[in-house]
Amino acid sequence: MERSGIFDMSRRGVLAGSAATAAVTTMPRAAQAAPAPAEPATGHVSLTVNGERHDLTLDTRTTLLDALREHLQLTGTKKGCDHGQCGACTVIVDGRRINSCLSLAVMHDGDEVTTIEGLGTPDKLHPMQAAFVKHDGYQCGYCTPGQICSAVATLGEIADDVPSHVTQDLTAKARLTNDELRERMSGNICRCGAYSNIVEAITEVAGEKA
Amino acid sequence: MRPFTYERAASPAAAAKAAAATPGAKFIAGGTNLLDLMKLEIEAPAHLIDVNGLKLDTIEETDEGGLRIGALVRNTDLAADRRVRRDYGVLTRAIVAGASGQLRNKATTGGNLMQRTRCPYFYDPNMPCNKRKPGSGCAAIQGFSRSLAVIGGSEACIATYPGDMAVAMRVLDAGVETVKPDGETRTIPIADFHRLPGDTPDVETALDPGELITAVTLPKPVGGAHFYHKVRDRASYAFALVSVAAIVQKDGSGRVAFGGVAPKPWRVEAAEAGMSQGAKAVTAQAFADANPTRENRFKLPLAERTLDAVLAQARA
Repeated sequence: MERSGIFDMSRRGVLAGSAATAAVTTMPRAAQAAPAPAEPATGHVSLTVNGERHDLTLDTRTTLLDALREHLQLTGTKKGCDHGQCGACTVIVDGRRINSCLSLAVMHDGDEVTTIEGLGTPDKLHPMQAAFVKHDGYQCGYCTPGQICSAVATLGEIADDVPSHVTQDLTAKARLTNDELRERMSGNICRCGAYSNIVEAITEVAGEKA
Repeated sequence: MRPFTYERAASPAAAAKAAAATPGAKFIAGGTNLLDLMKLEIEAPAHLIDVNGLKLDTIEETDEGGLRIGALVRNTDLAADRRVRRDYGVLTRAIVAGASGQLRNKATTGGNLMQRTRCPYFYDPNMPCNKRKPGSGCAAIQGFSRSLAVIGGSEACIATYPGDMAVAMRVLDAGVETVKPDGETRTIPIADFHRLPGDTPDVETALDPGELITAVTLPKPVGGAHFYHKVRDRASYAFALVSVAAIVQKDGSGRVAFGGVAPKPWRVEAAEAGMSQGAKAVTAQAFADANPTRENRFKLPLAERTLDAVLAQARA
């Protein structure tokens, strides 16, 4: 039985309807929220970034991404969507890639963080950085630090036998194939569409390791 | 994001006690869903209790021959566990079908059960939503409802439960172990963990205020071939339009639960009697009470065809 009350709407009708709905339902956010502290609270965190220890006192709301960029001036890690959808903020924490935008800095007490600045330097590129250059694995470059951190950690995940959505046999050891790399890198969006070259770069580095 | 105070919990019982004692408190584990919602001020906790240090991050074998999965076991680790891959393949398949590698590294077993709907109206603070703001109405029922529930919804809410992991846990008859603020522990069957919306869509689980998930238990393995087929708008990193978690035995009998179709993992045990007769026999009964919108009625034939594909693969 289909729900009643469904009607066909023109685009014009949808827009007018949404505006009217918004007008009657918008209300001050404060009225919806639980009681909040009057003053922004702070928290203390000690973390190691690219081998260097930092002791920080931060507004509890500070994400790991903002701590890196705004407080430690490590602007290699990029803010794209800030909602875990694009992967531009990917860093490696205790050996694992995460979205630094969806983690609070105060939750990383004692953690070891590696950002793109910690993987290599302009004089001494990490093999993954060199391979991205060689294979032209970018165009505008904004997603590239996240792509590279993600790629380095992806090879680690395959070596650690983590399965993926395209792994055929769950009882066999994880393998490195083109399909596997594409699936495992799906959390890193590239609007320029450099995906083919990114896969080639990662494949070359993986081959050197094998 | 609204300001909040922050503490690191010392034990599961202390965390539960603190949550009950502090107005506006919430637990945070991986935080991948909660922080997303806090940035939009859809969630606005006044206090966060960080449970990451509680050492609930191991997978142990139980006396009954099953597994006890700590609430803080990361999705990646649960999916990669050799025992899970061998005996509970549907669970590994479901986990790796969801989110991205980065998110699975952070997301936890307990937190994944608590993740909230991706209904576009829940996510838009300018729109009415009975789940986000009780009593404000539901913009989805007459709105863009393509991704939303075809069964189990109410006049107040047709949001879907978005996850994959719990759909697999539903066919595995998992149990959710918890501790309450008074220290009492209990196990909630996964079938009862997520609630249908009725007229209180803001109440999504059977948890009491302050109650903390400590583990998920799996009964001993049931054998069979394990499948998780997820149909979505792109091949990776998207929520399910329809998903099918199934365990099929050699004689054609089995179990099946559906994701992406209801406010909770949708399993109708009585419908499983039809497994050996084919997909239609199962879905006709499992979705007998369906109440789709014009935009999402496609999910009914899609569920049947997805199950049909699973059964064909099981026979092959």
